[in-house]
Amino acid sequence: MRARVVLAAIAAVFCMAAASDPAERLSDPAQEARAREIFQQVRCLVCQNESIDDSNAELAQDLRRIVRDQVKEGRSDAEIKRFLTDRYGEFVLLRPSFSIGNAALWLGPFLVVLLGVLLLLGRLRNRPAEPERELDAADAERLRRLERREP
Amino acid sequence: MLVELGAFALVLALAVSVAQAGLSIAARVRRSVTLAAAGEGAAVAAFFGVAVAFAALMHAFVVSDFSVANVAANSHTAKPMLYKVAGTWGSHEGSILLWCLALTGYGAAAAVFSRSLPRGLRALMVAAQGVLGVVFLAYTVFASNPLARLATAPVEGRSLNPLLQDPALAVHPPFLYAGYVGLSVVFSLAVAALIEGRVDAAWARWVRPWTLGAWSLLTVGIMLGSFWAYYELGWGGWWFWDPVENASFMPWLVAAALLHSAIVTEKRGALAGWTVFLALAAFSFSMLGAFLVRSGVLTSVHAFAVDPRRGILLLMILGLTAGVGFGLFAWRAPKFSPGGVFAPVSRESALVLNNILLAAATATVLLGTLYPLIREAMTGESISVGPPYFNLTFTPLMAALLILLPAGPLLAWKRGDAAGAVQRLWVAALIALGVGLAGYALISPRKAFAAAGLALAAWLIAGAAAELLERIRAFRVPAAESLRRLVRLPRGAWGMTLAHLGLGIFVLGACVETGWKQEIAETLPVGGSLEVGGYHLVLEKVVGVEGANYDAERGLVRVTRDGQPVCEAAPERRLYTAGGQTTSEVALCYRGLSHLYIVLGERRPAAEAPVWLVRGYWNPLATLLFVGPLIMALGGLVSLSDRRLRLGVAARRRVQPQEQPA
Repeated sequence: MRARVVLAAIAAVFCMAAASDPAERLSDPAQEARAREIFQQVRCLVCQNESIDDSNAELAQDLRRIVRDQVKEGRSDAEIKRFLTDRYGEFVLLRPSFSIGNAALWLGPFLVVLLGVLLLLGRLRNRPAEPERELDAADAERLRRLERREP
Repeated sequence: MLVELGAFALVLALAVSVAQAGLSIAARVRRSVTLAAAGEGAAVAAFFGVAVAFAALMHAFVVSDFSVANVAANSHTAKPMLYKVAGTWGSHEGSILLWCLALTGYGAAAAVFSRSLPRGLRALMVAAQGVLGVVFLAYTVFASNPLARLATAPVEGRSLNPLLQDPALAVHPPFLYAGYVGLSVVFSLAVAALIEGRVDAAWARWVRPWTLGAWSLLTVGIMLGSFWAYYELGWGGWWFWDPVENASFMPWLVAAALLHSAIVTEKRGALAGWTVFLALAAFSFSMLGAFLVRSGVLTSVHAFAVDPRRGILLLMILGLTAGVGFGLFAWRAPKFSPGGVFAPVSRESALVLNNILLAAATATVLLGTLYPLIREAMTGESISVGPPYFNLTFTPLMAALLILLPAGPLLAWKRGDAAGAVQRLWVAALIALGVGLAGYALISPRKAFAAAGLALAAWLIAGAAAELLERIRAFRVPAAESLRRLVRLPRGAWGMTLAHLGLGIFVLGACVETGWKQEIAETLPVGGSLEVGGYHLVLEKVVGVEGANYDAERGLVRVTRDGQPVCEAAPERRLYTAGGQTTSEVALCYRGLSHLYIVLGERRPAAEAPVWLVRGYWNPLATLLFVGPLIMALGGLVSLSDRRLRLGVAARRRVQPQEQPA
């Protein structure tokens, strides 16, 4: 037990621990798995576009510890996220919130598809139907010959 | 002296590009063959000018001439030769020179290999390429000249970031740029056709080979970047939805849509407007990507030197060229003929849906990449848009597209037979369902999404096979007949099958690797062990080694399974003395198509003996992640080699009033 504490302290000093570091892990694997999932949604604020799950920075490590502690206390994902956004703003979450401000972001892709499909349907409907012409005898014979020759 | 020669050649290339544009426009206006030939000659000359400049820069890197500012900033005498050479394009200035080399190279190729184009169109295309050349060469010469000298040369250079000293990353930019910049030819063709006022089946045929070539090279380039990130960055990730990755992905998606749209325009004369729009959009996205990566406007692990002034210039270039292109499109759009009629269920409709879904996917990636900027500009709040967003939006769109994919080639033009297509695909559907259910039931831990992905991959692979079997009428005609058909299949058909198959293979690798990978990390003393994916890893010893420009700790890890030896891995942890950076060299053990990925972390002192943090990953079917795109690129190149693409458009034969009996 004491060795673990020493390791954790030294790891903190060296600032090189990563999320999977055994020194940081929670003892309950289910809680640890949940914590790891949350890490993938939290941004490392001092890194260039990494999550705290991937990063080696000291701040990432601190944030991981905070999230792990809260998971152990039994807080829900939403509560933990609100804790983080209260202190660091929305920037800290890698998934943008489902808010009115982000409506364009979340609805945009599906609106593009909808628009495209509507345009396609409009085009299909507005085309005048081409009258089907019956083949006369000579054309029918040519068609038969061509079909037979086709490799 | 050589460097000055190179700098002069670069300025000469700029002047010649101006001539190229001017001569070709004059040729079109005055319908003069001589002027057009002069314009084409200028295109070739521009390429030679830039090539000389590029060779001069490469020579400066090879001999470590630190009086050249770019070499001093990015090289070092102790760097291995391969990376000295690769340093030529490893910085902002060098890579912009590579961009110009590719641009003028494609311009010369387009001028030389377009004998079958109508003269007016050809002259305008060469002129448009010339204008693009002028714009980018002017940017290079005046705003980011790689051949600028330093007044006092330092004794030693500042070295290249060790993360970039890697074979895959050394070749990644050339492939990527050959891809991106290849789309400039398609852009020029589109602009030329819009000015001429004729966008038709013949034009679409000329667009296709250039798009195929550029798209295939871009596929390889993106794959190399992804592979590098996978084994270099040390976490086994292969795609991070990083803005720079997105910047290369968007042109790829648009080029894929363009490929398919051009087929419809070529074969049926329909969707001409879509094809021109996509042709303009493809290169516009390439330029947008260049702007995003080099301006520092988005935070990224991968971003080049951050310089707002250069960023603004690139934005102006983008605005000018894309603005002119789309302006021409808006002007000429009403003139497009509506094209052929087609039924709601037909190959045309399927390809329109393909266009819509790919365009939506591109819009998603664009939106996700730019939204933080837009939000901050409008409200001052900063938000992050990371992988969770893309997983929720991009993935469903792609899934919808992939479900429709196998049905497309089985529908006829103009009026397809939905029931017939279903009938030909029901075996593939059963296989897919079976694979999905088996995946869910048999593989532990049970993951529904990963199993669904597995079903989708099986659907794609079986669908590609079903389409091929249908083409050769397998099981419906004698085997000899089927074999004869197989041998005589046009290369275009092989290309399509390979490309769709490659996509299925990639999806298989992606779903299995993401769904069922395992990671185990332990602090191990010498002799300690850990278990991952059924393999037993023992850290036998750790030795110190000295490399060309680094010092390292190398661990020797023996891997066994059920007592049988499997492999010996040697992961390293390197310290690059010149710049003081530390990197991890991952050890990969290939087990069939899967990878055992072993990382040596830092050493930590402990009570009795030092321990090392060792991380072992089991990445099932990871090889498919990289082989899939290679097969796709191969499909593109096979299609490109189809003779039919190099023939001119057939002249209409007069129909005989009476046919002789067969």
